[in-house]
Amino acid sequence: MVDYRIQGATGEWEVVIGLEVHAQVTSNAKLFSGASTAFGAEPNTQVSLVDAAMPGMLPVPNRECIRQAVRTGMAIDAAINKWSRFDRKNYFYADLPQGYQISQLYHPLVGEGSLDIELDEGGTKTIGVERIHVEQDAGKLMHDQHPTRSYVDLNRSGVALMEIVSRPDMRSPAEAGAYVRKLRSILRYVGSCDGNMEEGSMRADVNVSVRKPGAPFGTRTETKNVNSVRFVMQAIEHEANRQVDVLEAGGTIVQETRLYDPDSGTTRSMRSKEDAHDYRYFPDPDLLPLELDDAFLDECRASLPELPDAKRARYEGLGITPYNAGVLTAEVETARWFDALLEAGAKPVQASNWVASELFGALNRLGKGIEESPVSPSQAAELLGLVADDTLSGSLAKQVFEIMLETGDDPAKIVEERGLKQTSDTGAIEKVIAEVMAANEDKVADYRGGKDKLFGFFVGQTMKAMAGKANPQVVNELLKKALG
Amino acid sequence: MTELTDLGVAAIRDGVQDGAFSAREVAEAFVAKVSAAKQLNAFLVETPDHAFAAADAADKARAAGEAAKPLAGVPIGMKDLFCTKGVPSTAASHILEGFTPPYESTVSQKLWDAGAGMLGKLNMDQFAMGSSNETSAFGNVISPWRRSDGGNAPLAPGGSSGGSSAAIAARLCPAATGTDTGGSIRQPAAFTGIAGIKPTYGRCSRFGIVAFASSLDQAGPMARDVRDCAIMLEAMAGFDARDATSLELDVPRWEAGLSSDLKGKRIGIPKEYRVENMPSEIDALWQRGIDWARDAGAEIVEVSLPHTKYALPAYYIIAPAEASSNLARYDGVRYGLRDLPDGANLQDMYAATRAAGFGDEVKRRIMIGTYVLSAGYYDAYFTQASKVRTLIARDFDAAWESCDLLLTPTAPSAAFALGEKSADPIAMYLNDVFTVPSSLAGLPAMSVPAGLDGHGLPLGLQVIGKALDEQGVLNAGLALEQRAGFAARPEAWW
Repeated sequence: MVDYRIQGATGEWEVVIGLEVHAQVTSNAKLFSGASTAFGAEPNTQVSLVDAAMPGMLPVPNRECIRQAVRTGMAIDAAINKWSRFDRKNYFYADLPQGYQISQLYHPLVGEGSLDIELDEGGTKTIGVERIHVEQDAGKLMHDQHPTRSYVDLNRSGVALMEIVSRPDMRSPAEAGAYVRKLRSILRYVGSCDGNMEEGSMRADVNVSVRKPGAPFGTRTETKNVNSVRFVMQAIEHEANRQVDVLEAGGTIVQETRLYDPDSGTTRSMRSKEDAHDYRYFPDPDLLPLELDDAFLDECRASLPELPDAKRARYEGLGITPYNAGVLTAEVETARWFDALLEAGAKPVQASNWVASELFGALNRLGKGIEESPVSPSQAAELLGLVADDTLSGSLAKQVFEIMLETGDDPAKIVEERGLKQTSDTGAIEKVIAEVMAANEDKVADYRGGKDKLFGFFVGQTMKAMAGKANPQVVNELLKKALG
Repeated sequence: MTELTDLGVAAIRDGVQDGAFSAREVAEAFVAKVSAAKQLNAFLVETPDHAFAAADAADKARAAGEAAKPLAGVPIGMKDLFCTKGVPSTAASHILEGFTPPYESTVSQKLWDAGAGMLGKLNMDQFAMGSSNETSAFGNVISPWRRSDGGNAPLAPGGSSGGSSAAIAARLCPAATGTDTGGSIRQPAAFTGIAGIKPTYGRCSRFGIVAFASSLDQAGPMARDVRDCAIMLEAMAGFDARDATSLELDVPRWEAGLSSDLKGKRIGIPKEYRVENMPSEIDALWQRGIDWARDAGAEIVEVSLPHTKYALPAYYIIAPAEASSNLARYDGVRYGLRDLPDGANLQDMYAATRAAGFGDEVKRRIMIGTYVLSAGYYDAYFTQASKVRTLIARDFDAAWESCDLLLTPTAPSAAFALGEKSADPIAMYLNDVFTVPSSLAGLPAMSVPAGLDGHGLPLGLQVIGKALDEQGVLNAGLALEQRAGFAARPEAWW
């Protein structure tokens, strides 16, 4: 295993990384109000009286949001706290109508858990998750609507977020990237977050510190609201190098909040610890403690799908290569598609190779995701079945697949209508072989004189004469016999 | 014939139902009284049309032979802490001046559904913070009562529901809503010679009530007698899915369950409520109350609530802490007052808006609350106060081992003169000493008028019950009321 190290003037530095990932809970309604959560609506059209913090309005917890957070916790083997509580985090800002965010500081819904990441150099590493709590999102300020005024859009105000707090267990930008990808994969399997980082459904606060290998933790900085895997990795790399530069120049790292600038790939200071808000957290008196009963927890557990690690192991158990198993399970849509393919009767190994090469190649070309594939899993299973039972050769199957992509027709129909069925009729093949040999007597003599390489020529000529529909294996056998 | 405005809720309801008079006549009588009593400053907004519409609906329903709604034909007053759709709702604060909610509080909606009409919005201490009505941004309410010694010193109607108490005592309305966070129904009721009950926390929905201290705020009725309180409370209470702290319980039929027979009931007298410097008249009244309870068949037992003396300090940490957060939403961004000085940034706007919009007492409590929640002080104040609150609740639980109800004075004095205590917040806070512990414990408690002091001013007795035992509280209140035979009323000078 190769450790990630920053080479400084004074020697090697180790990077220590912890991530707080904010994931928007998939739910039709907000955490404490019935307002819709759809993305991209006109400003201030998805705002209830509660979200706008009108006088006398009260929050009422949305059961589905709690359920999704609990299921997420279960998916990372975390302790679920049957008793948790909401706290108010008080601060003034124009995008925060209540003047406080309802969050969970003292008693989060989900406690310790972990997830395994795949390392670039092979193998896995376990990253600890300290907690998951649920909280409200804030609204959004718009500064570009008016020369001297800012506008407020409260559509996101009150939307449920899960804050997933990792342990400082990551040691390189790549590990952090792998963690975000894995977490995103799990969230999408569970269905608790769509993982759409461009739309802001998932964003990370990145805690970074550096130290000499083996030394105690250094002072960390927190870079807020980084919204892609690439940016997370970039921010860490920049921030770690910056810290090394500061330390090696004799400076000290101040605990502060920083902002990431995607255009320059750098971070800059937003506010220091001294300017940090005193959030005056206290239990929200509008809400009773959340108590989860066993029936609720049982339902949450029973509703969990097979998760990426388990699915991957199952695929490998079916003889699928580890690489293919990894590719097929990384995205929930791929796994779902592949499972449907297996269910439709496809043979696992053949199917995995076909998906990883043929289907992905075609979808790439078409610029489509697997969920938009013009070929359905059952059609694909049928196609693979036609190969398996020798109705189609590999090259015929490719032809049929191309036609399927264009027309959406079933393979059997295509084979039937276009006569693409491969023939194993030995009489017909022998006849063609005889014709080919008659037309190339010189080459037959050369072959028989020891030019073995000419065998391929005869195969090609035979296949060509049969418009590619001859069973290659039968052609091989008969040619060998005929050529002697 | 007695004046219609001398009638209480039950008498008006029954009279309308029997056809003795029309709801319209009742509404007109009260509307006239309200508009003639501007000197009291009890109403911030008068809504005669609302009262007339409800009255006409009641008369029409009766003419059509429909079953009468429980409050058909009864016009009431609405404390301005309740948001009322299309009617300005300000919590008596400048910061909400001109704010007209596009929604209705659950409690007011329930009252309208029960057939009641609204005479207007009642003045109060700003954001329900105060015990004298002097913190209203729109001028204090003046109690209809005056001392019998001929002095014309304007008196406090109590607070924070002082508009409600004054209006009922002056016969401007037969009943009104109040809210009680640390005594804001009971103390003004005692000061003005009327009855008022704060039900168990969670009985009445808080939806649409401007929040002061969420874990303590409870709506309740104020009326001239116990029966009227029971009728009103039946209409106001009930589960509401829009309030997460609302109790999912059926509403008992409290009026039907009224009984002044206290046989088999043990009434506890908490010795810690014998506070220093309590006027002897209050002590004497308490003793009379004990005798009445015994006369009604109750067994009297002495009990101890050892943490009582910590209740007031704990309350004045918890309530301001919650208030400091609850009032953060009044920021000038979305509704209400906005003060935007030239060149101001967002922070400047907050500061200017809140400086101009909140009164001194509100600012004082926001600052206290902010302080007790701040890093470094949280444990010493808020956490400690929360523990005290638990101990207070345990005190009551222990007391219920030996008694069913508690009997205490409502307030440590009769109504004081306006201005007398406003310079001394602590003296003002001490007014809540008997009402705060049951608020901290979320228990039902009511004040009934029980007598007059040497100056001819009303005094009240408080009954505290177990959680959800409003019936027990009302019944004991009824027994006291019958024996007290309180008939005094302020002579109209306004």
